[in-house]
Amino acid sequence: MTGSVRDPLLQVRDLTHHYGRHLGCRDVSFDLHPGEILGIVGESGSGKTTLLKCVSGQLQPTDGSVSYRTRDLGPVDVYGMSEARRRLLMRTDWGIVYQNARDGLRMKVSAGANVGERLMAIGDRHYGHIRSEAVDWLERVEMDMGRIDDMPGTFSGGMQQRLQIARNLVTKPRLVFMDEPTSGLDVSVQARLLDLIRGLVGSLGIACIVVTHDLGVVRLLSHRLMVMKGGQVVEHGLTDQVLDDPQHPYTQLLVSSILPV
Amino acid sequence: MTSTLEADVMLRAERLAKSFVLHNQGGVTINVFDGLDLEVRRGECLILAGPSGAGKSSLLRSLYANYKPQSGSVLVRHEDRVVDLCAAEPYEVLEVRRRTLGYVSQFLRVIPRVPTIDLVTEPLTTRGVDPAEARERAGTLLTRLRIPEALWRLPPATFSGGEQQRVNIAMTFVQDYPILLLDEPTASLDVDNRRTVTDLITEAHEAGAAIVGIFHDAEVRAAVGTRSYDLSANRQAA
Ligand SMILES: Nc1ncnc2c1ncn2[C@@H]1O[C@H](COP(=O)(O)OP(=O)(O)OP(=O)(O)O)[C@@H](O)[C@H]1O
Ligand SMILES: Nc1ncnc2c1ncn2[C@@H]1O[C@H](COP(=O)(O)OP(=O)(O)OP(=O)(O)O)[C@@H](O)[C@H]1O
Ligand SMILES: [Mg+2]
Ligand SMILES: [Mg+2]
Repeated sequence: MTGSVRDPLLQVRDLTHHYGRHLGCRDVSFDLHPGEILGIVGESGSGKTTLLKCVSGQLQPTDGSVSYRTRDLGPVDVYGMSEARRRLLMRTDWGIVYQNARDGLRMKVSAGANVGERLMAIGDRHYGHIRSEAVDWLERVEMDMGRIDDMPGTFSGGMQQRLQIARNLVTKPRLVFMDEPTSGLDVSVQARLLDLIRGLVGSLGIACIVVTHDLGVVRLLSHRLMVMKGGQVVEHGLTDQVLDDPQHPYTQLLVSSILPV
Repeated sequence: MTSTLEADVMLRAERLAKSFVLHNQGGVTINVFDGLDLEVRRGECLILAGPSGAGKSSLLRSLYANYKPQSGSVLVRHEDRVVDLCAAEPYEVLEVRRRTLGYVSQFLRVIPRVPTIDLVTEPLTTRGVDPAEARERAGTLLTRLRIPEALWRLPPATFSGGEQQRVNIAMTFVQDYPILLLDEPTASLDVDNRRTVTDLITEAHEAGAAIVGIFHDAEVRAAVGTRSYDLSANRQAA
């Protein structure tokens, strides 16, 4: 037994990152529980991507700790484990959806292979099974089955994002990180993608950290909201409480500058 | 720290204070209430009274943890324990809202693009009710609230104000919440629908729900209320 549902999946403590002398983010602490969706909002340059990278094992923080509750060993320090183990974790238990699909997809292999590859990476060797799982996931993200052997470069932005999601969810991760998953897409494509993410993440009970500029996205997706400014978290709480009764001057400004959702 | 409540007390606010500081409007402070205590028992319907601006909606939202009180506590009997919503983690608050605490806001705010019938069915299916039965119950309630079946497949965004309000009511009353918070649920309804909603509220509290409500309509107040709490006394000078 490696903990109950009440135990946090991820514990971040006093996390600080400097790029040389330049501050990325400072003194961030939070817990994430299984199935919980945390939204991170804040102005450009406030440290959202830096924080997400540090938390998701992609960027070693200057200071502080990130602990993840693994299925077999319980809580493990993400930057204390071996590189190989961290990579395995990122390939199996975690998913990362990038703003730019090119960062998250392999552009030189087909859509089907992009999804199948993740299964092979966790040791699945049965071609028939890999193919059927890949097809199943591409269907779940509403991909046109006629495109399964096409290269991702021939897809629209919205299709590329859906392919990224399929590629990430095929291994049944417990935790998914998303950095601006819907920005740069047409409004109607955004809406469809959001509905898809909400449905999949909700029905599978996946914990999620979503970075976005868009308060509409967090209102729709996230249970909890963190507001960043100048590298620090200025407000953190239940999403509807933060949006409807913002306490910090910056959050009040942010909320008042958008139309009601 | 675990708090306790007397056997049939479902909800208790203790020394609750709510103010707003408008940082981007010269730092004006609005003190809404302070040191507020109230208690609601099983089968009671407490009416919040007071003039416009007295803080009725702010109190109700604070009881739902939608607003953040500056101090005090909101103790809720949730299954076999007592949760202080002012101290609980967000995921705990959401758990309490899912199973124990229903809230009908003045205006419908729902997930866009979701058909009405699904909005009313979903609270049941997420609690494990069989999908067919859940849909049946949702349909029965929508019919009772006079939402024509032709509208069920549509998202409520384009509905009239009164229709939206009835969808809002259906989404909450489709479940049997032990505690209900109602902010003017009958405000934009015609006589027949107001009567239906009055009946739903009466049925809920006869079945043992603890209710806190704001009703501008004196007739509705007289029909459902068992006790009233006046907020004008609590209003602090700004
Ligand atoms: N590789 C880097 N080297 C140096 N400074 C960096 C680097 N990456 C980010 N920064 C700086 O760190 C700060 C935080 O950047 P970050 O990318 O985390 O912001 P962000 O909140 O994600 O912004 P945006 O909303 O524009 O994506 C910024 O001042 C940025 O210029
Ligand atoms: N989110 C908010 N931000 C700032 N001030 C608020 C907010 N919500 C309410 N207030 C203020 O709190 C005070 C009480 O408002 P509230 O809506 O609770 O009154 P009410 O008794 O429900 O009035 P009514 O009968 O008109 O609905 C008002 O001065 C209002 O402007
Ligand atoms: Mg960024
Ligand atoms: Mg009001």
